[in-house]
Amino acid sequence: MQPTETFFSGFAPHDLWFLGEAALRTLWLSLLAISIGSMIGVVFGWLLSVSRIGGGFVLSPLLDIFRSVPLIIQLVLFYNFAPIIGLRLDAFDAGLIVLIVYTSANVAYVARGGIEAVSQPMRRAARSLGMTYWQDMRYVVWPIGLRAVFPAWVGVALGVMKDSALVSVLGYVELLKASQILITRTQETILILAIAGAFYFALSYPISLYAAHLEDRWNQ
Amino acid sequence: MFKALPDLLQAALLTLEVAAISMILGVLIGLGLSLIRIHMKGPVMWLASIWVELARNTPALLQLFFFGFGLGAFGIHFSPYLIVLMGLTFNNAGYLAENFRGGFGAVPDTQIRAARSLGMTAFQTYTRIVIPQVLRIVYYPMTNQMVWAVLMSSLGMLVGFRELSGETQFFASRTFRIFEYFAVTAVIYYIIVKIILGASRLLAMRLFRY
Repeated sequence: MQPTETFFSGFAPHDLWFLGEAALRTLWLSLLAISIGSMIGVVFGWLLSVSRIGGGFVLSPLLDIFRSVPLIIQLVLFYNFAPIIGLRLDAFDAGLIVLIVYTSANVAYVARGGIEAVSQPMRRAARSLGMTYWQDMRYVVWPIGLRAVFPAWVGVALGVMKDSALVSVLGYVELLKASQILITRTQETILILAIAGAFYFALSYPISLYAAHLEDRWNQ
Repeated sequence: MFKALPDLLQAALLTLEVAAISMILGVLIGLGLSLIRIHMKGPVMWLASIWVELARNTPALLQLFFFGFGLGAFGIHFSPYLIVLMGLTFNNAGYLAENFRGGFGAVPDTQIRAARSLGMTAFQTYTRIVIPQVLRIVYYPMTNQMVWAVLMSSLGMLVGFRELSGETQFFASRTFRIFEYFAVTAVIYYIIVKIILGASRLLAMRLFRY
């Protein structure tokens, strides 16, 4: 007797390869978003800390928008907004741009916290030693401020890495989308969700442990 | 477009409701988890730790999928409302447990011993000495978590829950005015978050007068 025809086929070893490739795409997307977003975010943070009017009344409410609207809404909005102003973006570009802006908005407040963690007398002392403003920034504020907020920055970075899963809504085949595709084919929901979860966990957990460890050491 | 507004606002209430309930449950469970991680050893403590670390180190969307489709594979089916509620509660509890642990760590042991030697029971010590101080420390992280819960509930649209985002999706796909509807929704979210932050600031002024 003929075996029944079925659309579904079981989870095979080469599917792991498919998931692995998708995991690399997740990694690449989040690395780009975190590095570019952090650089922009530090500049924003500096602007927030130096200017009460420009930072407090103009930049801050703008950045607030990206922190108070769900990322998924931002993604859908931007993806549908880009063609209106004549941009042709694929899912990766649109997702990357939204993630960069989202990262920079979050990093801005972390960076401002770092700059404000350096006490005013110390900065005045640096200036009276003859340092220029930028020398003071580079050799006094940066090393001390970085220590104060590095764990918070790691938190933001890991958050962005996890949130990059939302780009799947636009149809970009990153890890979560890839696992959904596999689930549809193999019908082995638990196994595949567990594999995808294990990947995120394996990436995120060691880094968060390391950040907690650093925080403990610096607090002593 | 404007005819949809009452429905959207109704859905916004649903968003707030599910976020608030998940937050209350999250605080209770998170409190339990953090106390277990501080005071207990063995399997119970491991379970609590696994919960906290899983909640903190995997995407919220994946957690939601797990409650939605993962448990579905075992033949356990929930309504979209319950899926979102469980996903958010799981996530909130994990994050809050870690905040609470930091808060409990900040209350010196000597105070607890002093309270006990004054004749207070363990329960009294916790409710009168420890919790009030911890609350002050974890208040702002908790406010943040509440905002996060509202934002995370938007993931409900991917499991078919008609809260604010899901409802928007529904209207957008019926009319193809995707941009317009989602822009309105973004504004509603922004207002909700501002209201939460403002309310928490007022509450803080009342709570922490001394």
